[in-house]
Amino acid sequence: MTLSTLWVVAEPAGDGLSTTSLELLSAARGLATTVAAITWGPGDHAAQAGEYGASTLYSVGDLDGALPGVPVAAALAALVAAGAPDAILVPASYDGRDIAGRLSARLDRPVLTNVTGLADDGGLATEHPIFGGTQVVRARFTAQGPGIVVVRAKSFAAESAGGAPASVQAAPVGELGPEGAARVTASHVEERTGPKLEEAAVVVSGGRGLGEAAAYAMVEELARLLHGAPGASRAIVDAGWVPYAYQVGQTGKTVKPSVYLACGISGATQHMVGMKGSKNIVAVNKDPDAPIFQIADLGIVGDVHKVLPALIEALKSR
Amino acid sequence: MNVVVCVKQIPDPAAPASLDPSFNLDRSGKLILDEADTYGVEMALQLVDAAGGGEVTIVSMGSAADVAGLRTALAMGAAKAVIVSDDGLRGTDALGTAKVLAAVIRRDLPDLVLCATESSDGYTGTLPVQLAELLGLPSITFAKAVRIADGTVRVDRQTEAGYDEVSAPLPAVVTVTAGVVEPRYASFKGIMAAKSKPVEILSVADLGLAGEVGSAGARQAITSVEAAEARQAGEKHVDDGDGAQKIVEFLESLKVL
Repeated sequence: MTLSTLWVVAEPAGDGLSTTSLELLSAARGLATTVAAITWGPGDHAAQAGEYGASTLYSVGDLDGALPGVPVAAALAALVAAGAPDAILVPASYDGRDIAGRLSARLDRPVLTNVTGLADDGGLATEHPIFGGTQVVRARFTAQGPGIVVVRAKSFAAESAGGAPASVQAAPVGELGPEGAARVTASHVEERTGPKLEEAAVVVSGGRGLGEAAAYAMVEELARLLHGAPGASRAIVDAGWVPYAYQVGQTGKTVKPSVYLACGISGATQHMVGMKGSKNIVAVNKDPDAPIFQIADLGIVGDVHKVLPALIEALKSR
Repeated sequence: MNVVVCVKQIPDPAAPASLDPSFNLDRSGKLILDEADTYGVEMALQLVDAAGGGEVTIVSMGSAADVAGLRTALAMGAAKAVIVSDDGLRGTDALGTAKVLAAVIRRDLPDLVLCATESSDGYTGTLPVQLAELLGLPSITFAKAVRIADGTVRVDRQTEAGYDEVSAPLPAVVTVTAGVVEPRYASFKGIMAAKSKPVEILSVADLGLAGEVGSAGARQAITSVEAAEARQAGEKHVDDGDGAQKIVEFLESLKVL
């Protein structure tokens, strides 16, 4: 290994660390001799961080209602000043992107984003899918590090290494200026029944071809019948039919279910990059030339308003 | 209340995209206003309206050979536009772009800076927060609702689980998700008025940033571009009343049913 140290931003989620954070820890320990993690909030994550490969866990502690971006970047910048790693890996999440952006400007170091692969070629090389995942760009940092790498969910498998708990070290934030003034005043949880979109074995997604917001009910019904999760293309999220949390694609979630059923989705590059890793793809679209058919294992050229009700009936009668 | 909206003119997403020999996105064709930016422009216009005064300024970086995208934002109702256009900016990375935009915005700091969460062509998604850090301002990303009162911006911010209510004192940087508001169509009057609205074109030297930005300032390089492993298209079947049955059979073969 030519990389000596990688740091991973390990984002708290529920009682533990987020799945993407565990994926990054798993990847990091295969690339560098030493892996450290940084986390925040009230939880104790030393055991989990250690299990997935971190020897040290820097803890920023309670953020006192602040959004994580500024305080975590400030703590990281102070740690870098004391001894920089080769690179810092950050999950591509809402808060992860905030941390990466803040840290980049604070350290005057570049960020590589939308990374789906990492390699050691005498330095850290990154892989980025472009144009809907039809091409892969390889890139690397060309100046003094640490480079900041924002990695998409599901790029690596999260695998326990059975490591001992990480040793915890406090990572002080220091005094923040006006940039640290954003405060969370309330949190709202939107209940969704069924499996989470990123974890579902079956994802049923709807797009503009549904014609109207009410038709999305068919997508939800199919997802329920197949014990899966409903998803959406950017077009219908933009149109306000479903919340942003449903969006699959470059801007939204990356999913890799065993079956992805695309209903009335043409297959814009924006969408394909978020779902082309699915094991099996079924597409229903009335346009025989829709790009989605180029990657579908089964393509049905037809009207979603005929095919979906028939499919719902067939599944109900089983 | 004055609002700056950062926008990007991008190649038409409906047209096939390609990289040029130096691995930069080919932008030689017609450029349009990134649809993701229309939400910020609309939000800015509504906030200025609600405040009862002030104006919306569009700030951009890129070639000024074609400013049709900026005119789109002006036709919607923005008062003026500033674009930093310079051959020396080719190959500028996200942080370099943030430095350029910060230099423009710092000349006359507004109450609020709005951006999309990310552009639809490069989709790096870090620029707004880099910009906020360079300007020394708080930032709230992924807004699905924005309200302004008493010098404070209150945002419903998308989270994994739902949303958070987040507030910050002005001035601040906010990124808006698509669908946050319904972007207006420019009226004929708006389109005519946009033709005479000011579009200021600045160079890197005008901003005192020579040597800091452009490919010389970028500290990352693309080493190769390769075709990804292609996914093979499978069976394509024209529905003749049996499409649903085909799907059921396929799911059965996968043992999903």
